[in-house]
Parts: sequence; structure tokens; C-alpha cells
Amino acid sequence: MSATAADPSAADRVRAIPRGRVTQARVLHAEWTKLWSLRSTRWSLLAAVVAMAGLGVLIAAVQMSRWSHLTLQDRLDFKPIDTSLGGVNLAQLAIGVLGVLIISGEYSTGMIRSSVMAVPRRLPVLWAKIGVFATVTFVLMLVSSLVAFLGSQAILTSHHVNVGLGAPHALRAVVGTALFLTVLGVLCVAIGSLVRNSAGGISAFVGLLFVLPGIVSILPSSIGQSIRPYLPSSAGTAITQAVPEAHTLAPWAGFALFCGYTAVTVAAAAFMFRRRDV
Amino acid sequence: MIQVRNVTKRYGEKVAVDDLSFAVPAGIVTGFLGPNGAGKSTTMRLILGLDAPTSGSATINGKAYREFDAPLNEVGAMLEARAIHTGRSGYHHLLALAQTHGLPRTRVDEVIELVGLGEVARKRVGGFSLGMGQRLGIAAALLGDPETVILDEPVNGLDPEGIRWIRTLLKRLASEGRTVFLSSHLMSEMAQTAEHLVVVGRGRLIADTTVAEFVGRASADAPVRVRSPQATALAEALADEGVAIASEERGVLEVRGLSAERIGEAASAGGIVLHELTPLQVSLEDAFMHLTHDAVEYHASATADPADASVAELGAVA
Repeated sequence: MSATAADPSAADRVRAIPRGRVTQARVLHAEWTKLWSLRSTRWSLLAAVVAMAGLGVLIAAVQMSRWSHLTLQDRLDFKPIDTSLGGVNLAQLAIGVLGVLIISGEYSTGMIRSSVMAVPRRLPVLWAKIGVFATVTFVLMLVSSLVAFLGSQAILTSHHVNVGLGAPHALRAVVGTALFLTVLGVLCVAIGSLVRNSAGGISAFVGLLFVLPGIVSILPSSIGQSIRPYLPSSAGTAITQAVPEAHTLAPWAGFALFCGYTAVTVAAAAFMFRRRDV
Repeated sequence: MIQVRNVTKRYGEKVAVDDLSFAVPAGIVTGFLGPNGAGKSTTMRLILGLDAPTSGSATINGKAYREFDAPLNEVGAMLEARAIHTGRSGYHHLLALAQTHGLPRTRVDEVIELVGLGEVARKRVGGFSLGMGQRLGIAAALLGDPETVILDEPVNGLDPEGIRWIRTLLKRLASEGRTVFLSSHLMSEMAQTAEHLVVVGRGRLIADTTVAEFVGRASADAPVRVRSPQATALAEALADEGVAIASEERGVLEVRGLSAERIGEAASAGGIVLHELTPLQVSLEDAFMHLTHDAVEYHASATADPADASVAELGAVA
């Protein structure tokens, strides 16, 4: 075109650019770029990976070094799978906080206005954020929980208390840990989208996952025990445990309920995102 | 062409935009002028689909912003409030926007060059100066080669060289047949850039006119300075004609509502000596101040000008 001719003025260059069209796939691509171009995201994901992969191995190593001092009861109660996946307790904090920040960070900086101006139908932005974050979380956490499991079991061989992936519930717990963290991440993106404020969103997430169980535990036990299995934290973590805690739903039933809570929150977030001024 | 029809926007009790209607034609630079808090930014947000109007509608080339399949190719906008994540580099900010439309990376490099951010594009936006932030915002607005450009206070924070650059850029965009709509609370800036003016105060339309007409109208109301040793007698003679007379200095009057000729005749008829009779020039800034000052403070007074009448009404409402 004329851009390469005698007058390569800026105006001509401006004229020569192609026209696009917003598609869901393109918005996914953009959200992928956005996710990885923030330093805070990379650090949070690294923290989640280190916590998930490393904490279980660390606990396993400590347990093995103290093994000869443990009582017989402690040795009988030792849970090789759940010990190895203990990092989920810390990883969920990193994933949850990052999930909130992915969207609340756009509100606090005003970036959301640029996002919505580029994609005025809005919902593709929410779907893309959820899709990208869920995919990244699942892949990283699956690898991390596998590393945690295999690494821990290798350490546990020193006192022959190790198990293989083929052991009952082992594979389900390993994959379930990644699934739980993934759905948790989605839940937190939805919370961030609803609350639109980093501090508020993180408070809501921490309150729901960490504070609520504490409150229920101080209720009279008859009431507490009937509520507890249905809390998001109990329902969600059931799938991550090889040896279930008392008063929890069956692993997949609990996970289904956790997905249900998340779906409702996502639906509310989508409804509000379309309607509210940004 | 931007068309705003009877748009009202309420935030709770507060009416930010009140039954506003105007059109922004293609091919010229149109200035959107009003004091801070007049509803300029809100109006732009309504045009861009960021806020939904309480009533009325805003369209760009006949379509609501939300209906565009490729909005960045239709409309480029820069809001006054920063709309950029401070933790990301300028390059990645633009890249992510480009990717939503499938625009190539080369286009991102082009707009970065166009606004002169080549050296800092890979740095985090959080460290940008106000002027660099403005340039990045303009780069984002131009990314999709839009037919319509909407800029909220674009010269804020720019140095003199940057201001001249953006004036030239906007005029060129308009000369290419695009619709260019920019807001400012600085009249002098508009005088140098815009041809057409939409003036608002308290969310309502004060004037929709050309810059020349705007000044002309204001000049008709310009004061005349009169210096006379018999100033008091002159003031009395003129007062009969029902005009506004102010005096800031002994022996000097500023008379509004009468031409210099009429004042001279009145002085002559009364046998009053004049030492000076000067019609004062009205700058665009003065005209703007005068109009918007009315919007804020004046109360109802009988005038023939319908724009002024609505202004007076506004004051009464307040």
C-alpha cells in the first residue's frame, strides 16, 4: 500500500492496519497475555507451586527423622497420602488470593475500563479470565501435587510406610487436589468480580474458606456436625483426602457440591458484570 | 458522528447528566467543555457503554457502543481516569488489547512509535510520568485505527511539546474525515484545537456552537471601560438605561450591556468629560468563565438569550 511509497507518513501507516473482530478465542489469548505479564501473578503462582510441591515433602522428611520417637498409635495413624498432599492447605491461600486479584486488580487500577471498551459485550472477558486461570491452575497444581506425592513417598521408603499411586484413593487424592484448587480459583475469580475490591474480595474468600469453619466448630456439636459437611471448605477438600476427616461428604459428592457453590457464584458474577457500571 | 439523545444519568440522588442532547460531526475537532464536575467524563463513559444511561441513548455512527463487533476499529478512547494496570508494561497492555481483536504485534510497535514511547514501552506503567501515561492512553486509542476518537482531558500532564504534538495529531485525524471529540476544562486549549464546541454545566447543555460563534456571542456582552473625572454622574446617567456598572477603581467604570458608542453619546448628552472609552476584548477563556460562572452561581434574571435562560434556571435549581 501507500505506506511503503514516497510518503511514509504516520497517517498512511495508521490507515494500513487490518480490521479485527472480537472472538472468545481472541479474548482468551489476551487474558493469557495479561496473566503472565504481571509480576505479582508469576510470584503468586510460584508460591502456590512451592507450597503444593514442597510442603508435603518437608513434612514427610520431618516425620521420618522423628519416626523412632513416635508412639505406636502415632505410627498406626500415619497417613502417607494425606501427609504428602499437606501443601494444599497453603497452596489454596495463594491460589485464592490470586483468583481474587486477577479481577479486583483491574478494578483498583481502572484496567477494567480498557478491558470492557475492547470487549463491550463484557462476558467474554469473565469467561476468558476463568478459563485461563483454571487451566493454568489445574496444570501447575496437578504437576505440583504429583511431585509432592512422589517426592514424599520416596522419603517415606526409609521406614517403609510409603504407598504407590495405585494405592486406594491415592490417584483420586492427587488429581482431586488439583481439581479442588482449580475450582477454588474459579470461585475466587467470581468473588473478585462480585466484590470488585482486592481487600474485600480476599476477606470474603478467607472468611468463607477459613473463618466460617472456625465459627461452625464453636456451635453446639449437634448443630455444627450437621452443618459442617456442607461448608465450602469441607465439601471442597473431601476430594483431596485419602482418609476422610469426620463429618464430611463422600469425596465426589463433596466436590460436586463445591462445584455447585462455585457455579452459583459465577452466575451471580456474570449477571452483575453485565449490568453494573464500570 | 456521535449522537447523544436526551441522555440522563443519575447516581442515586445526584444527577450527573441531565437530559443532554448534542451531535459530534465527523471531519472536525469538537471540544467538550465545562468546569470540573460538569458531567463531561460521565457523558463520555455513557457514549462508551461503560455506564448505562438512566434514560436516553448515545450512538456512534448509528450504533450503540456495545453493539460493535470490533469496537477498537470503530472507536478509540482515552479516559481521564487511568485505565491501565500499573503492574504491566505499556507494551503488554497494548498487546493484550490488540489480541482481543486479532491485531498483529507490528501494530502495537507502530502505535508505540507513533506516540514516542519506544524507550519505555517495556517498563512497568506504574513508573510512568503523567505525560507518559497520557501518551500510552493515546496509543491505546489509536490502536485499531478508529473512525471515531474520544479523548478525555488529553493534554493533562503533557509538556508544551506534547501539547503541540497532540494538537497536530488531532487536527490530522479530523482532516482524514474522522470524528474527533475531546473534553477539557481549559478553554484556551479548545480555542487552539477545536472548531466546534459543546459546552456543559451541571450536566446540562449550555451551548452547542462553533468556537467563532461562541466568542462572538460572548463579545456582544463584553464590558466597556470608561474613565471619567465625573464617573459618578456618568454612572447615574447610564443607570437609567438599565445596565450593569461595576467600578473597581475610583473614576473608572466597567459598563456591561451598552456599546461604546451609546456610552459616548450618553456622556455627551449629559456634558460629561471622558478620558477613556475602551471596548474590552473578550478572550475565549473569559467567555467560558462567564458562561459557566453563570451555571454555577447566577440566579434568575430576564435575558433574551435562551442559552442564558436555561443557565439562569440551573442556578435557581441549585
